[in-house]
Amino acid sequence: MSEPVTPLAGASLAGFATVRETGPHGMITLRCALDAAPLAMAVKAAVGTGLPAPRRIVTDGTCGAGWMSPDELLLICPRDQVPTALAALARELASVHHLAADVSDARAVFRIEGPKAQQVLVKLTPADLAALQPGELRRSRLAQVAAAFWADQDGFTVVTFRSVARYAFDLLANAARPGSEVF
Amino acid sequence: MSTRLARGGRLIDRSAAREFTFNGRRMRGYLGDTLASALLANGQTLMGRSFKYHRPRGVVASGVEEPNALMNLGSDGRFEPNARATLVPLADGMQAASQNHWPSLEYDIGAINNLAARFLPAGFYYKTFIHPRPFWKHVFEPVIRRSAGLGRAPRDRDADHYDQAYAHCDVLVVGGGMAGLAAAQSAAASGLRVILAEATGHWGGRAPVDGVTVGGKTAEDWTAATVAALAQVDHVTLRPSTNVFGIYDHGYVLAAERLSGDGPRERLWRIRAGRVVMATGAIERPLSFAGNDIPGVMLAGAVRDYVVNWAVSPGDRTVVVTNNDDAYRTAIALRQVGLAVPVILDARAQADGALPEEARALGIRVLTGHGIAKVKGGRQVTAVQVCLQAGEGAVIEEIPCDAVAMSGGWSPAVHLWSHCGGRLLWDEGGAMFRPDPARPPVTHDGSAMVIPAGAANGALGAADCLVDALAAGKAAGGKGQKLAATSPEERPLEAVWLMPQGAGISLREKMWLDPQNDVKVSDVQLAAREGYASVEHAKRYTTLGMATDQGKLSNINGIATLGAALNVAIPEVGTTTFRPPFVPVTLGTLAGEARGEIFQPLRRTPMHAWHEGQGAYFEPVGQWRRPYCFPRAKESHAQAVAREVTNTRTNVGLLDASTLGKIVVKGPDAGRFLDMLYTGVMSTLPIGKCRYGLMCNEQGFLSDDGVVVRLADDTWLCHTTSGGADRIHGWMEDWLQCEWWDWQVYTANLTEQYAQIAVVGPKAREVLQALGGIDVSREALPFMAMAEGKLAGIPARVFRISFSGELSYEIAVPAAQGAAFWEACLAAGAGHGIMAYGTEALHVMRAEKGFIMIGDETDGTVIPQDLNLGWAISRKKADFLGKRGQERSHLANPDRWRLVGLETLDGSVIPDGAYAVAPGVNANGQRSTEGRVTSTYFSPTLQRGIAMGLVHRGPDRMGETVTFATTTGASIAARIVDPVFYDKEGARQDV
Repeated sequence: MSEPVTPLAGASLAGFATVRETGPHGMITLRCALDAAPLAMAVKAAVGTGLPAPRRIVTDGTCGAGWMSPDELLLICPRDQVPTALAALARELASVHHLAADVSDARAVFRIEGPKAQQVLVKLTPADLAALQPGELRRSRLAQVAAAFWADQDGFTVVTFRSVARYAFDLLANAARPGSEVF
Repeated sequence: MSTRLARGGRLIDRSAAREFTFNGRRMRGYLGDTLASALLANGQTLMGRSFKYHRPRGVVASGVEEPNALMNLGSDGRFEPNARATLVPLADGMQAASQNHWPSLEYDIGAINNLAARFLPAGFYYKTFIHPRPFWKHVFEPVIRRSAGLGRAPRDRDADHYDQAYAHCDVLVVGGGMAGLAAAQSAAASGLRVILAEATGHWGGRAPVDGVTVGGKTAEDWTAATVAALAQVDHVTLRPSTNVFGIYDHGYVLAAERLSGDGPRERLWRIRAGRVVMATGAIERPLSFAGNDIPGVMLAGAVRDYVVNWAVSPGDRTVVVTNNDDAYRTAIALRQVGLAVPVILDARAQADGALPEEARALGIRVLTGHGIAKVKGGRQVTAVQVCLQAGEGAVIEEIPCDAVAMSGGWSPAVHLWSHCGGRLLWDEGGAMFRPDPARPPVTHDGSAMVIPAGAANGALGAADCLVDALAAGKAAGGKGQKLAATSPEERPLEAVWLMPQGAGISLREKMWLDPQNDVKVSDVQLAAREGYASVEHAKRYTTLGMATDQGKLSNINGIATLGAALNVAIPEVGTTTFRPPFVPVTLGTLAGEARGEIFQPLRRTPMHAWHEGQGAYFEPVGQWRRPYCFPRAKESHAQAVAREVTNTRTNVGLLDASTLGKIVVKGPDAGRFLDMLYTGVMSTLPIGKCRYGLMCNEQGFLSDDGVVVRLADDTWLCHTTSGGADRIHGWMEDWLQCEWWDWQVYTANLTEQYAQIAVVGPKAREVLQALGGIDVSREALPFMAMAEGKLAGIPARVFRISFSGELSYEIAVPAAQGAAFWEACLAAGAGHGIMAYGTEALHVMRAEKGFIMIGDETDGTVIPQDLNLGWAISRKKADFLGKRGQERSHLANPDRWRLVGLETLDGSVIPDGAYAVAPGVNANGQRSTEGRVTSTYFSPTLQRGIAMGLVHRGPDRMGETVTFATTTGASIAARIVDPVFYDKEGARQDV
């Protein structure tokens, strides 16, 4: 039995903001009609949160539910709770057409922290960060790869695909180079 | 000679000296100098040599329009060619060098072209070097290219780094002069998000130089107060040293910010703006008189800038020549700092506006109705010869002088307006093109995306300029402001396109329109005589405006000259098209962070680090890097591949197959959906079983292949090719979202969730049994079956599928445990001789078995039937994607190139992509062909070359010999055989 490893083994770098890989996390992609009656109960049972509004994420620190598209949610929980969360979804959504899959290992998750954290993202994403609402889950890109991010505490959580974890980290670290502040 | 004045200079700080070198000579300037002003202050009027004739050239302008003062800056990794000295802030230790001369700026051998100028007219190269035809490519062009060009291309890797950032705003104001500041103030007042970008490092534009009064204050004071006020507003961003160089659709704007300090050298801003206020000012026009390119001849406005901004004297005696009142400001400014203005030559018959009267009151001699017949001098102006503007150039008087300040009027800087399709109209009174308010560049809702303001809109006088700018601010959503500017009233100019108007050819061929590209009045006239009536053609024929300044000085004068030669009005000639970039941009800035390790994303599998540790030789597969082979010690790649193949066929091999696409398809209609997507039937696949499937596009051409596994009653797992994962997932969603939107099917691309590892070879079963946890016996897990459980304690799905012809298991485990599983396999297989193998061994083994590879055997024109894969196409199904396509007569025709094996008679390897030749030639006179090689390898198993290829009616011609042509001229004979070279019965995989 081996312990799960994150793609960069928790790499971190301190520039004008701190960039670090976090995890492992548990993640489930859930595709379902978002107005399906049992969905709220299912999400509650799986990760303990309410349903997110469009383009929003609800989190309680460890668990969360994010709106990814009109028929897709991203559920977040500790990695070892994924099997029970999947079982809860299967149980609660038995009568509803849906697809729930473990994607914990398909992703890399980063934190950008510090008062200037936003300036790191400003260099890499075409999304308008000044217009980013509290609790908004923004799906966009970082330079040449897809990314989703949201603001929380004193920074941002960024999710990318696992295979490009090294590229994403190098991008973030490069953008956070001391002396390259934008404002 | 130019020099530094003892006092003044509003932009320089005399307490902060800056040392620099020019062509190796040490010079000194001040903080706030541009390289151009510092060179002039050091008496350096000669700054370069022209492009074609290598004529001596000095600085003409003080801003972006400068055509001559182009410099090589820095050295080694910080070398930069073609830097515009007028835009480069002077920095301590700066190394500048002039361009386009050899051996030195003062003595340039290329200047011989100048003596031969009459033999180098417009189109000279086209006419002279056209015959004999092949000489152009191999002789003429290389020689011309070597002798042409201004700056050198950098040789070293750029030592600096560059930044990029995104910005969003409601209003982007381009230009921090009086108009831009006023428009920004207006927009800011109504709470809009405003970005104000100014190309230079200082605010205020021309107004402080021209002595304008704004809101009762001097322009200088008003500018300082306004900038300070804007800086306090949260939703306003001030960006000095930021050059907006391109405007694109939907308010997308690019700008380059010059940075100082140890950080990035430049930053590219990608701005999304609701509206763009274009307050880019105007560019002064030169006058066309003989010798107007001699160092010391400058634009009148630039002379004023150098005097007022940088306390630089252009020379003791400056003759002013003009067709308008504005140039009198230069004479007055020169006189105010104690310099001599021997005469103002005004081409107009009368000059009695406020400024001419002020000049006369200062005792300056004003000659109306006069112009310059010729400027005398070589590397420096020595005198002007005065003539009547109305005449042919008879010299009335010769006036010694050191500099000439010329003004042919001002042209609004409309470039940004035009980038995205804004049209221009000809303003007869101002003799200028200005933005046509009826035909602006439009944004998504059809409204004007760019709003011109101030001088850029043709409002040249200070009072009009400010009124126009405030209107522009309001049009952009801003609030009205009570503000007025005053400056002396100006009388209309009189358009002058030739000085004197009746100049003969000997004068005209010394009148430069485009000093950077060495295009003269006579060249444009010649082009017109030769039939180049369109301005776009004449531009390309003469190269007018095609240099790095993009004709900022020459454009209007050239158009007017062409119009006169063609006897048509200027608006009928029209303008050439202004395209981005407005000023040249460093490639490093455009590349931004995309260099070195992060040039592009590389996708890595969970085992990538192990591969690197083993010294794998990688090959790109899409953005993945996959090990091609794992060479050991001194092995060549071919030797490594042969070892990996042989070991896999005799012992056991380990392949990282994680890049394979893995898409889960689930729902009540999933079976029906897959039956439409694949050519075969997937809905009948029993749970826990695998089936090979083909996907075609609507045309019937083979698009992707892979093994489909049924995981549950309503759930299938579709494997795709490595390169096809994202494309096929998109293809599925396209059909589900756009065509079959009422089918109950969900898909999820789980490619990266799993590491997939193939354990392949006769001893594969022993390895898995050693790992333990899942029964992998022949009975429990037969060929094309799947088992789930834990192997070595790691959750796993085991698929018994084979792409090598050997006993083979592909195991999917969570990516986070992929590397651990890989290591476990290596440990468990150590006693069985387990070795990792790469993609090339995989290719060789599949070719030995006659398995096709998407992208090798297919190229978008191949249908499954061509590859003898008819067995994988259902005849029972009513429909599937590609079915009707394949029924079209050409595809259903048996007379096609089809897949066969190819065995060379001498055992050699046919070159990849070789064609089989047939007798005769085709309609294009090319040798006829009857087939081509699609896969070709040396088979370590069979110890000979093997190949697959598409051959005309190939399967009907078994045993025939075909001939392949090679690029060396030799040909290779090969026998047509069954494509399955090894283990035809499939006994090895079924054990």
